[in-house]
Amino acid sequence: MSFLTLSLSLIFVLIPILLSRTLNLGLEKDTIIATVRSIIQLLAVGYILTFVFESEHYIYIILMVLLMIGAATQNARKKGASIQGITWKLISTFVFVEVLTQGILLGFQITPPTAQYIIPISGMVVGNSMVLSILFLNRFTSEIEARQDETELILSLGGTPKQAIHTSLITSIKASMIPTIESQKTIGLVQLPGMMSGQIIAGADPVQAVQFQLLILFLLLTTASVTSVMLGFLSYPTLFNKQMQMLKIREEP
Amino acid sequence: MTLNSKAALQFDHVTYSDKNLTIIKDITGFFPSGRITTLVGPSGAGKTTLFRLCNGLISPDSGDITVDGKAINSYEPTELRRTVGLALQSATMLSGTVMKNLSMPLTLKGEQLPEEEAKKLLEDVSLGEDILYRNVKDLSGGQRQKVSIARTLVNKPKILLLDEITSSLDRVSKQDVEELITKLNRDKSVTIVWITHNLEQALSIGDYTWVIMNGELIEAGDSSLLNNPQNDIVRRFVKGEFE
Repeated sequence: MSFLTLSLSLIFVLIPILLSRTLNLGLEKDTIIATVRSIIQLLAVGYILTFVFESEHYIYIILMVLLMIGAATQNARKKGASIQGITWKLISTFVFVEVLTQGILLGFQITPPTAQYIIPISGMVVGNSMVLSILFLNRFTSEIEARQDETELILSLGGTPKQAIHTSLITSIKASMIPTIESQKTIGLVQLPGMMSGQIIAGADPVQAVQFQLLILFLLLTTASVTSVMLGFLSYPTLFNKQMQMLKIREEP
Repeated sequence: MTLNSKAALQFDHVTYSDKNLTIIKDITGFFPSGRITTLVGPSGAGKTTLFRLCNGLISPDSGDITVDGKAINSYEPTELRRTVGLALQSATMLSGTVMKNLSMPLTLKGEQLPEEEAKKLLEDVSLGEDILYRNVKDLSGGQRQKVSIARTLVNKPKILLLDEITSSLDRVSKQDVEELITKLNRDKSVTIVWITHNLEQALSIGDYTWVIMNGELIEAGDSSLLNNPQNDIVRRFVKGEFE
């Protein structure tokens, strides 16, 4: 695709801007900012990836993955600002998920150990893990508030913090995982996944593209479950002190 | 009645604040062992906060609390909370059946409550055994309150803290619960501390009474003090000037 044909695709940006202006939605500025940012960010990533792929040096691959984890942490931590030490909990979760998934992929030689595979797959894993974290933290903080009386009741009857928070934790883990599982049920029927579509457009064999997409889908199931469970079990102890008393939830900054 | 029995719960200059607001102010006093102490005072006086301190749900900023002569913070939190049982006015229920709620204290210890024992508990609080497998959503406020009391009793606490537990009950149920608590105190020597707004109840049930106002212990002594308060503020409270 040439830059000229790409610039023609801006018609798809003009339509929502015109609609926003006509209906007074007030979304013109945000739409323009989002468009400009996506152009700059993706072009920059494109050039960086070209450099990394050509150099094939592990240090650049690691740096790229760390950059992804940093950006994902920065984005997700706002949702868990009320949980003490959320930044390190998120970083630990993202690193663990990344090491686990890449460990399986590379260890069993499912994918080759090249930047061309590691970086895009890492992007999908960390990105999905970030969305899961946001969903989990959103639900968990509201569950804690809504079930405060229940939590204190269990503590007052001689329960441990883990027993007291159990319902809130399990409800939040399940709620954050449901979208991933539900979207997999309808995949291929309602929508063709972006990565698979991209490969087909680029001329790849559709069956090969499907095989890769299945790999990613299975990978994302692990990502979803490990992210929610790990973040949940890292987060709940900080809600209590040594005397097994429930601490006040910090005001979000 | 003279109260020379030892203290089940002892407070020594206890202060507690929340968000820069002092709720309990330098309280020193005791709840006598094996007796019924009634706790009276206007709304917002700090009575429920005092109970939360005794059950270990919160800790004082300063001062010491002892349970049976042992500092509260030397107890394992779970052991303390089983020893000092707490039944609150809100009677929070866990979603599910009455049986699930009654079993909870034992479930937390990895044990099971036999059905026969659960039925006996319901009988003790004047509830029919037919409600055992009923969903708590279908219970009336009074029934919930009774289930809440029964649930607290499962742990067989040595000290029982009751926060306005009869306020939502009808006259007959209120009398049943009063009889149950009096029986527990008489037969099993359970120390009872009972928050009530009903001064008549405080006088008829209590051996000992604390009057708390604005976080301070204003007067404590034999419950008959409510008939003849020494303190002018307590006199005005008894006359119903504060609420």
